[in-house]
Amino acid sequence: MPSNPRTQEASGRHLSVGAFSRTLLDTFKATVLTSSLSSTLIGLQWAAANMRRFLRPGHDPARERLKRDLFQFNKTVEHGFPHQPSALGYSPSLRILAIGTRSGAVKLYGAPGVEFMGLHRENNAVVQIHFLPGQCKLATLLDDNSLHLWSLKVRDGVSELQEDESFTLRGPPGAAPSATQITVVLPHSCQELLYLGTESGNVFVVQLPSFRVLEDQTISSDAVLQGLPEEARQRRVFEMVEALQEHPRDSSQILIGYSRGLVIIWDLQRSRVLCHFLSSQQLENVSWQRDGRLIVTCHSDGSHCQWPVSSDTQQPEPLRSSMPYGPFPCKAITKIFWLTTKKGLPFTIFQGGMPRASYGDRHCISVFHNSQQTAFDFTSRVIDFTVLAEVDPSAAFDNPYALVVLAEEELVVIDLQTAGWPQVQPPYLASLHCSAITCSHHVSNIPLKLWERIIAAGSRQNAHFSAMKWPIDGGTTLAPPPPQRDLLLTGHEDGTVRFWDASGVCLRLLFRLSTVRVFLTDTDASESLNAQGEEEWPPLRKVGSFDPYSDDPRLGIQKIFLCKYSGYLAVAGTAGQVLVLELNDEAAEHTVEEVEVDLLQDQEGYRWKGHERLAARSGAVCFEPGFQPFVLVQCQPPAVVTSLALHSEWRLVAFGTSHGFGLFDHHQRRQVFVKCTLHPSDQLALEGPLSRVKSLKKSLRQSFRRMRHSRVSSRKCRPAGAPGEMQTAGITKAERTGLQNMELAPVQRKIEARSAEDSFTGFVRTLYFADTYLRDSSRHCPSLWAGTNGGTVYAFSLRVPPAERRMDEPVWAEQAKEIQLMHRAPVVGILVLDGHSVPLPEPLEVAHDLSKSPDMQGSHQLLVVSEEQFKVFTLPKVSAKLKLKLTALEGSRVRRVGVAHFGSCRVEDYGEHHLAVLTNLGDIQVVSLPLLKPQVRYSCIRREDVSGIASCVFTKYGQGFYLISPSEFERFSLSTKWLVEPRCLVDSSKTRNHSCPSNGNSMGPEKAVGRARNSGSQSDGEEKKPGPVMEHALLNDERVLKEIQSTLEGDRGYGAS
Amino acid sequence: MPKSQGRFGAEFRRFSLERSKPGKFEEFYGLLQHVHKIPNVDVLVGYADIHGDLLPINNDDNYHKAVSTANPLLRIFIQKKEEADYSAFGTDTLIKKKNVLTNVLRPDNHRKKPHIVISMPQDFRPVSSIIDVDILPETHRRVRLYKYGTEKPLGFYIRDGSSVRVTPHGLEKVPGIFISRLVPGGLAQSTGLLAVNDEVLEVNGIEVSGKSLDQVTDMMIANSRNLIITVRPANQRNNVVRNSRTSGSSGQSTDNSLLSYSQQVEPSFEPEDEDSEEDDIIIEDNGVPQQIPKAVPDAESLESLTQIELSFESEQNGFIPSNDVSLAPIASGTNTEFEARAADQKLLEEDGTIITL
Repeated sequence: MPSNPRTQEASGRHLSVGAFSRTLLDTFKATVLTSSLSSTLIGLQWAAANMRRFLRPGHDPARERLKRDLFQFNKTVEHGFPHQPSALGYSPSLRILAIGTRSGAVKLYGAPGVEFMGLHRENNAVVQIHFLPGQCKLATLLDDNSLHLWSLKVRDGVSELQEDESFTLRGPPGAAPSATQITVVLPHSCQELLYLGTESGNVFVVQLPSFRVLEDQTISSDAVLQGLPEEARQRRVFEMVEALQEHPRDSSQILIGYSRGLVIIWDLQRSRVLCHFLSSQQLENVSWQRDGRLIVTCHSDGSHCQWPVSSDTQQPEPLRSSMPYGPFPCKAITKIFWLTTKKGLPFTIFQGGMPRASYGDRHCISVFHNSQQTAFDFTSRVIDFTVLAEVDPSAAFDNPYALVVLAEEELVVIDLQTAGWPQVQPPYLASLHCSAITCSHHVSNIPLKLWERIIAAGSRQNAHFSAMKWPIDGGTTLAPPPPQRDLLLTGHEDGTVRFWDASGVCLRLLFRLSTVRVFLTDTDASESLNAQGEEEWPPLRKVGSFDPYSDDPRLGIQKIFLCKYSGYLAVAGTAGQVLVLELNDEAAEHTVEEVEVDLLQDQEGYRWKGHERLAARSGAVCFEPGFQPFVLVQCQPPAVVTSLALHSEWRLVAFGTSHGFGLFDHHQRRQVFVKCTLHPSDQLALEGPLSRVKSLKKSLRQSFRRMRHSRVSSRKCRPAGAPGEMQTAGITKAERTGLQNMELAPVQRKIEARSAEDSFTGFVRTLYFADTYLRDSSRHCPSLWAGTNGGTVYAFSLRVPPAERRMDEPVWAEQAKEIQLMHRAPVVGILVLDGHSVPLPEPLEVAHDLSKSPDMQGSHQLLVVSEEQFKVFTLPKVSAKLKLKLTALEGSRVRRVGVAHFGSCRVEDYGEHHLAVLTNLGDIQVVSLPLLKPQVRYSCIRREDVSGIASCVFTKYGQGFYLISPSEFERFSLSTKWLVEPRCLVDSSKTRNHSCPSNGNSMGPEKAVGRARNSGSQSDGEEKKPGPVMEHALLNDERVLKEIQSTLEGDRGYGAS
Repeated sequence: MPKSQGRFGAEFRRFSLERSKPGKFEEFYGLLQHVHKIPNVDVLVGYADIHGDLLPINNDDNYHKAVSTANPLLRIFIQKKEEADYSAFGTDTLIKKKNVLTNVLRPDNHRKKPHIVISMPQDFRPVSSIIDVDILPETHRRVRLYKYGTEKPLGFYIRDGSSVRVTPHGLEKVPGIFISRLVPGGLAQSTGLLAVNDEVLEVNGIEVSGKSLDQVTDMMIANSRNLIITVRPANQRNNVVRNSRTSGSSGQSTDNSLLSYSQQVEPSFEPEDEDSEEDDIIIEDNGVPQQIPKAVPDAESLESLTQIELSFESEQNGFIPSNDVSLAPIASGTNTEFEARAADQKLLEEDGTIITL
């Protein structure tokens, strides 16, 4: 729950103390004005701390007030692609796209930065979304047959999405449930009526916004039957309503299509059938030509037919009928668009219709225009699609310009105006999971130079995208421009690293790095064959980037470390590979130097049972502009790399696995030292146990794959029916077996102290470079710190030759200290605080910003964070100074820890460094530095959401990200000052009337962001209530689990048949 | 007016001591050494109580007790530590009354009857203890397991379960944590103080209600070097019966009662135990492992000083040796003091942390 600390105002009995705190704040202000030296501030902090002693501890109002100025918890925005989308809606007038999900969320997207989210109280799938014409309102239909009315209301200058009303259509008592089961919704252009087609064939009318059923206007199937000529009545039995459309020009006429193939045009005023069309095939959908003179129907046999509309003559046969992918049996065409153009023939765009035998498993949308024909082949099931065309009803032609397709795993937009129909790169809704995310790394405040170079390298990768400006550009964003340039790097299972612009509301892909080229993989050849081996007919073209199937799990990226000042990047993976890369603006061909590092050293008699190491490609490899690898360190045994640190100034990279850690000089390309941390009796760690974890993941992945295959060409989501029943049967079976298992093994936990002989004590959890006083208090020197799973901290003093002799003299290292924490909990963080108790700066940070230079006069302190405790030791003589026990007191363990700078929202330039901590219970806490006092605590992630907790990453300014599903990052903020959240305005009165966007030559999203930024100036200081926040992490979603289960069950059936 | 009897050739000393201000044991010990002119000899000090039992004097408490029994003469026995006859202590009863002196004075006397030598209490390593008997409801038992210095595993398992509580709305079934298994030969089993199906109520002073099995497991492991578990024993027949408390001792005490107790009375043990913390080990480059010393407090950590003082204070007040049970009446007299301190500590806890140096 997001909390709003300001609501808890200090009560009256603290009046005098409140005065004290105000003076304190004034002192802060004055100090800040006169000097920005951090030392003064720290001194003041101490002064405040000392004064606090005289107040009642824990009730220090000054500190409490300061806390309110510093900390605030908000979940601000969800980045990425909604998990399990189930419905698509688009408002041509607002130019806003809506996506509904299986967990009941509705997400709206307009211009980049314009985003809204709503969550139905019911945890039901959204089946349909319809914007009401000309209004900032939308209606949603859930799979429990309930209708919900949402509206965008302006409050304090900002639009908010909220649910106004909900409604469930009730039939007369005793009627079958199908009588009121809604199949189609038509919002009428009069803005007040909704026409609801049902499974019974009746069309009900409800009045908005009250959802009052207008019973006298119900178009019952009997009434329609009366209006039909005898022969039509005899031939057809009514079934469910499949299509409802309003006449494009005459709002008094609507079209009703029934599933058995009958289509009628109904006169609303006189309540009669104007004309009817009879098809011999099951009807799937209908498209009405712009002028109302032609109807195009599509059918379950993969054909579509054209019917001229005239009220005089009845049409027994269609004007034209075609089966685009015949003559062999084809799958149904489930949706069709017939759109006229000024030049040439109309566009025919339809979903499905592929030859059943050979391409029945493809997810295709075909576009036919003049002689151009393309079947866009999507990477996942198509949920729904729409075509963006001329909005003005009086215009003569549709002139479609973009095709918007919502597939299960990604959103694809195709430019229909540019020859070749290229894709348009979406500025949001990125498919984060196009290959499963295996790790992430956040870098705050990127220098402009590096930013531009990454963008330049990335733009070359995006050359195949259309130059069209992003066509969905409704609303305006009022959010202030992002305070700084932030990069989020995600490592993926397929060996790629993606660089995301995480500065603002839109998470945008900047650059994609693949490490695959460095290695020899056996799949290279076949992949290229596949791409070119397609037959001419049907004219398939693969679109989209979703590709979850990794060829070789060893390629997976596990750790990333980027130096933002130098452009050096270190990337480490599953098979013990560590790559050091350098940013190069030009394409280059060079050999990657490969070095093997034996982490077991002298230990003998061990046998690695895990995977083999990756084979590196020999000889020169061609690399595209961007980050290019130049050194490959291969750990032996090739266990997954568990920690990584890079020091760009010293040109050193340190890496650790479950066996030990090593230091590599990437300048001289020489191993400096290796330390084996493995306990001699730890056989498990040796054998490569992590492969077991991997195999579980693999089996999950396979079940997802099966799930996908089993859903080929499923029809519109309907809750009832045979397939649904089968599913429930599967669930109960699964539940039963689950219960049985529980009874067999009662859950109990062993209570035992940790010991040195435990498994995986040698697992290196953290590595840290610091220039500090390791041996004596007079000289500081470079040092490397490593923390293990068994609570041991190793410190090595390093000698790095001066720059002018850097190439000639070797880097030298010697173990200086080893600390064994008696509680033996895994060490998850190591940090050195300078003389002012400020964390040491990053490498090269001082060179770029002199004000950041650390205090090397006072005594340094070492902070060791284990899963159970925080401990501060003095340096160079290690003596215990402070500690904070977390597990002993709360029962929670540290999962993630990061240093963050918290700025005050009230006092300019005032800020404090603290630790942001995520526990295994999903709580986020701020622990003060250097006194280790807990400041605030918020519950953030559900404790069952293991993947969410594992994926959390903190920024250096009190924000963070975690995965709420495989494809979505939730962004949260602990800071009052740094808050990136959507603030936007959508105005229905100001519907723009331009039909299609110009084809600018610059990148669309960039331009849009720029414009939005300029407009955002007003109402900055106003408080905004945080919007509703939704979570639906994959493995916690009961439905998902059930689905996986049912798929597995279903699969057995497949195998048997 | 104690009378001091040396046993080095039956030396007798008689000297006076002010009854109202006996001072500390250390001072008394020094005085004895001074009076007997044996400044560097380790000795055992004992006294004959009103029943004639020879009881040891080795701390402030039993020293004060001894002084209080002087009527007006207090008979003190001093033995050299290396030739001390431990068997003389503790075994005495009224029957042996006469022998006390002869036993002490004539050591050759009991060569005929060799006793099993039981060492002095301070030479024992504590394995477990029942503590806080005076502040807990009779149905609860607070057990301290000393893992420190032993190679024995703690040796028990816990599980989820449910227990019936008495609430204002009647009986209610609530989830709880229970001991599910004791490992034979483990510390938990060897103490005999914990049993299968005992309900775990607190871990080192922190209530487990509302916490998951995994959380409680983590808490116990984090405190494993000095684990204090408050249980409601499944077998309620072996409870310590006190007559000092009459209210609510129906034997079916509720969880609410525990709640109110723990709110009013701070447990006498110090949750932030020092023993387990001092022994992080540092190996400097000379390769010799040492315990990590504590840093000298400097100006920066002034704020935490107040807390340190408090924790020291509570340690002194709160350390009750393993013979708590016999001391219970005395401790109950200090309840007011506990309450005052509890209020202080509560504030500290609201501040969030107890930091010790």
